[in-house]
Parts: sequence; C-alpha cells; structure tokens
Amino acid sequence: MIMSPISTPSPAASSLIESEWDLVIEPGRAEKNYWADLWRYRELFYILAWRDISVRYKQTFIGVAWALIQPFLTMIVMTIIFSRVAGLKTEGGAPYAIMVFAAMLPWNFFSSSLSSSSQSLIGNANLISKVYFPRLIVPASAVVTSFADFLISFVILIGMMIWYGFAPSWQILTLPIFVFVAFLAALGPGLYLTALNVKYRDFRYVIPFLVQFGLYVTPVGFSSAVIREKLGEKLFLLYSLNPMVGVIDGFRWAILGGQSTIYFPGFLLSLLVIVFFLVLGIWYFRKMEKSFADII
Amino acid sequence: MSDVVISVENLGKRYELGSGGSGERYTALRDVIANKVRSLFRNPQSAIRNASEAPASDFWALKDVSFDIKQGEVVGIIGRNGAGKSTLLKILSRITDPTEGRIKIRGRIASLLEVGTGFHPELTGRENIYLNGAILGMTRAEIRAKFDEIVSFAEVEKFLDTPVKRYSSGMYVRLAFAVAAHLEPEILIIDEVLAVGDAEFQKKCLGKMQDVAKGGRTVLFVSHNLGALRELCLSGILLSNGAVVGSGLIGEALALYNSMTVGNREVRALKNDSPTIIEVIVDDLQLAAGNLHVSIEYKSPWPLNSTKVGVVVYNSNGAPVFGINTEMDSEFDPPTAPSGFASVRIVDPPLHTGLYSLSVWLGDRGQNYDVAKDAARFEFLAPSSLPAGISTSVVGDTRVIGKWSYRPN
Repeated sequence: MIMSPISTPSPAASSLIESEWDLVIEPGRAEKNYWADLWRYRELFYILAWRDISVRYKQTFIGVAWALIQPFLTMIVMTIIFSRVAGLKTEGGAPYAIMVFAAMLPWNFFSSSLSSSSQSLIGNANLISKVYFPRLIVPASAVVTSFADFLISFVILIGMMIWYGFAPSWQILTLPIFVFVAFLAALGPGLYLTALNVKYRDFRYVIPFLVQFGLYVTPVGFSSAVIREKLGEKLFLLYSLNPMVGVIDGFRWAILGGQSTIYFPGFLLSLLVIVFFLVLGIWYFRKMEKSFADII
Repeated sequence: MSDVVISVENLGKRYELGSGGSGERYTALRDVIANKVRSLFRNPQSAIRNASEAPASDFWALKDVSFDIKQGEVVGIIGRNGAGKSTLLKILSRITDPTEGRIKIRGRIASLLEVGTGFHPELTGRENIYLNGAILGMTRAEIRAKFDEIVSFAEVEKFLDTPVKRYSSGMYVRLAFAVAAHLEPEILIIDEVLAVGDAEFQKKCLGKMQDVAKGGRTVLFVSHNLGALRELCLSGILLSNGAVVGSGLIGEALALYNSMTVGNREVRALKNDSPTIIEVIVDDLQLAAGNLHVSIEYKSPWPLNSTKVGVVVYNSNGAPVFGINTEMDSEFDPPTAPSGFASVRIVDPPLHTGLYSLSVWLGDRGQNYDVAKDAARFEFLAPSSLPAGISTSVVGDTRVIGKWSYRPN
C-alpha cells in the first residue's frame, strides 16, 4: 500500500521569496544571522556563566577562599625567589610584591580561562547534542567564569596597596581596557583549543603543559624590562610574540602608574598576535561548529 | 500556500562511519600523528595505496526526504529505530547540518529532544527552572511569568530551594517536564518525552500535550507510543531507512507501519560473553488463526542451569497486559543445553483487536541474562463479532468472555 504524501512540496511554495521564511536550513550555509543569533541568545550566555559561577562558589567558603589563597601564596613564593634569591629589579620604585601581583592577576585569568574554555565544549556535550544555540556561547561563558576569580583576587591587590601605602595614579582608570585585551587574548586560543578538543579527545593532555610552559616564558615573577635589558631589543621583539607579554606590561603600567613604562613596539606586536589568534580561533571554531553535534 | 510553516525539500544527511566501523566518533591526535609518521617510513607507493584503500564508509541517515507541514498541524513521525526520525529532528532543531536539501521554516521553533537538558545537580529547583528555560529558548521575563504555573504543575513547591541532586527521580523528571511543557513557540518539536515519570504523571503529560496540540500550534511529535500518537496527531509521516515511505492521516500511517511490522522478527547481535536472545519470531499463520505463537532462539557460551524464558505482552501505550514464562508451565522440562528454541503457544489469548508488542526475557535458576525489549510487534484480530478498530465498547486490553442473560421483572 502506497499512500500519497500529505501535501507534496508544491512549486508555489518553493517559489516564495526567501524573506517570507524566518529560517532556512541548508548544508554549509554560514547562517547570515549568526552574529544576530549570538545577540539573541545573550540571556543564555548570562545564565550559563551564572551557572558556572554559582556552582563554583556554591560551597561559599572554600570556593572564595581558594580564589584568594592560591594567587596570594604564589605571589609570596615568586617575590621571594625572584627578588630575594635572584636579586632582580622591580619596575621603578614599586614594591616587588605589587609588581608580581599586577602580573599574576592577568596571568591567572588567562591560564584558567584557557583551561576552562578549552574543556567547555566537552563538558557541555549534553547541551550541544540536544539544543541549538550559537556554540560560541559556551567557551565565552567559561572565560567569564574565570573573570569572577579575577575580581575576587583583585581584592588582594587592593589590600596589598593599602599595606604598602602604594597609591595608584590616573593610569589605573585604563585598567578595563587591558582587562578587555586579556579577555580577547584568552578567548582566541580558547576557541581554537576547545574545537580541537572535540575532534582530538587526547589533546586535553597537552593543555596543562601549554599553560605551565607559558608561565616560564611570561614575565610574571619578574619585570619585562629585565628581559629587555638582558636580551636586547631584537630578541625582546621575539619575546613579545607571546601575547601575554603585552597584556602584563599593560596591567603593570595601569596599576603601577608612573613606575612602569610600556615598550610600545613590543606591546603592539603582542596586540597583533592577540588579534591573529582571535581571528584564527573564531575561524576554526566556526568551521568546526557544524560538526560538533555529530562527533561530540 | 502561505499556511505552510515547514517545507522540507530533498533533505539528506550522510554520516561518515570510520573505516573501523566501531563506535568511536572522534579521533585521537596520537593516532593521527602515529599514522602520519608511519606512512613516512613506508615506501611512498604503499602510502598512496593505503590512503585510497580506506574510504570512510558512508551511511545516509536520511535521503531525499520531502514534505510540507501546514500551520496548526500536529504530525506524528513514525518509524522503527534507525529509520532516521532522530536525525530529522536534529536537523530541524539545527543541532546538526543537513548534507543536502533544504528546510524552510516560518515562525519561532523550539525543540524538546530531552527533558531536563542542562539541569545541574548542585543548583536548586528554582535555579534550574531559569537555567533550563533559557536553554530551551525562553526569555527570563517569559519564565518569570510562567514560574508559578511550572512549579505547581511539577508539584515541587516545598523543595524549590533544595538542590535537585536531593530530588527523587520522580520529582526531577516532573520538574524537567514542567519547564518544557510551558514552552510556547509557534512550532514545537517533541521527541519521546512522554516516556517519563509514573503512570499518573504520564497521563498528566499526555493531557498537557493535548492542550498544546489543540492550541493551534504546529507540533512534530516522535514517539514509540503508538497510542499517544493516535490520540494526539492528526497526520503522520512514516520513515523507513531514511526515506519517507508514506504519509497521510495518522490512522493510515499507523496502519502502514503496522503492516510493515506485524509478524516482525527481531534478530539480535550475539554477545560472546553471556547468554543472548538471538531471534524472536511471532508466527503470522498462527496469529491469523487467532493464536499467539512466539518462538525464541537463544545461545549461551556455557550450559544453562535449567533455562527460564519469559514473554511480556504490552499494549500500544506501552503498558504490560500479561506475562508468561516457562516456570508457569509445570509440564515444561527446563533444558540445560547452551542453545535452542523455546516456543510458547497461547491459544485464543484474551486480547481485544489491536496492536501489541512483546519483550522477551532469558535467565536460569541463578540469574537474569538478557532482555529483548520491544522484540516484536503484532496485530491481534479478536475472533469476536466486534468491529475491528477502536470502538467505545472496547475498554482495556483484556477480552473477557461472559454470558449475559435476561429475566423480566
């Protein structure tokens, strides 16, 4: 028994101009309203970020205390090793501990964003395979979650400034700009890595190594001026290919005020690398996005 | 023609199966690198041959699927497991991209492929309502407006501020369904969500779905619950092996599905490490004669200690009607051989005319080994004078024979 279809697609229906349809699903068609969709789903973005933050701090004491203790202890160890043991110079007249902490803030933000955003798609596999939304939301909200830790450890910085009697100058007002740059610096590689992680499930073992390695080639425990002195200008430009060099210099400039100077060629180079990774990350993510639900 | 809200044209979806054909869908970077390195050391000719020798075998989950759905239609999508239903829903919900063809949609679309997507065990009931609502595409204002309704539907008022990890599974599912049920898009896609909760809650869910369906919304509904499909849907689309094999009124579609599956046999993969039910066959000829004859082939890696086999018959709503097993027959001598056929013949089973399915169970004195759920479907035609089909005079599944008499007072 063969039954006739309910209603065969009639030529009249297909000749309708496309604008009459709210949504057209076609293979390989980069939806032209992708960025508009991203905006439309912003509530989901807030709520996913809020979920991660509230789960993280659900056991309030441990959660918040951890965000304070971990950077504080690291700062003390780094100050002792690089200032007392190695005898490196601080920037201008700023206390060494504050200089270290001004770099630890963006570095911790960067490294935890990178690790959490690169795991984010796998961690939300059930969402990806059951609901549609612009997938970009997932790694982006993971970065925002790390930002909560950043804000909490900012309290330590304020405490240290009071302790040392160190008053910031007008440059501190530019800090949000550098926070935004740090956000982009983490998002670019994070997008790339999370997409790679979906495809190559064993790649996650590489990420902790990348983060650890990054700490050694980033001026967290010491001033980048020291590096510039020892390496010379040309090699320092090479060093500035590390995007976090620019971010950290920016943070120190904003927090330490007149005590720190930015080496502009290096800073611009870092910015270029950040933009490059951001474009690469978004491109690769968008390219892989369509197949996430099939392979996750 | 402007009332067509979903237009599907020549839709196709191809999956590439790995050359290994195993369940691994993702690759290990380690293997990719190892293969690259290995091919460097082989002579180039063999490397080329290797590359061309391992074509990923393709599998079309959907092929040339076309249909139109009009405003306000409630359409059931029917088909056996693997017929392409879920793939179709996934493409419609934009979770995955089609390989070819096109779908045009008019109106806001929301899909419900699972209840409780994104629920987080650490969060409270209240928090999860907002979270899940946002995931399903509701705005915060919409959720706030429906909040009380959702809570009272789920019957969790007292536990709103308890983390859902402390909920009983029933409460959890009720809350999850309640959020989903209050979604109000113009087009709703639903997959099997009725299979949740206890019988009473299922009834409530079905009632809610009926409200949704009658509210003039366009609904696409996938379910194995044929009774629910018959009740909720006006029309049906029957999929088989990734193609539309029929569509029309739901009754016709179900009848076609029925004719495809009646007398069907299920052949299952043999598990090497435990006793397995291999094949379940419902005898067509016996069925036509009004008897139910089920034959079960099983195989075991070791001799069984007095084999037990059971059959449970379900109605089209998935509710069990009766069960019968080898222990209930005192004259049956349980075999010990590791393989064979066990058959049961029920002469004139007390069933009304209708569609039934059965599950088969295999065990022995010590333990249960295997269950073949929904192993076969059959349509039973009661040898009574009642007209075939659903009649108001037929209540329940059991056909009880009684003699009426009359005496004037």
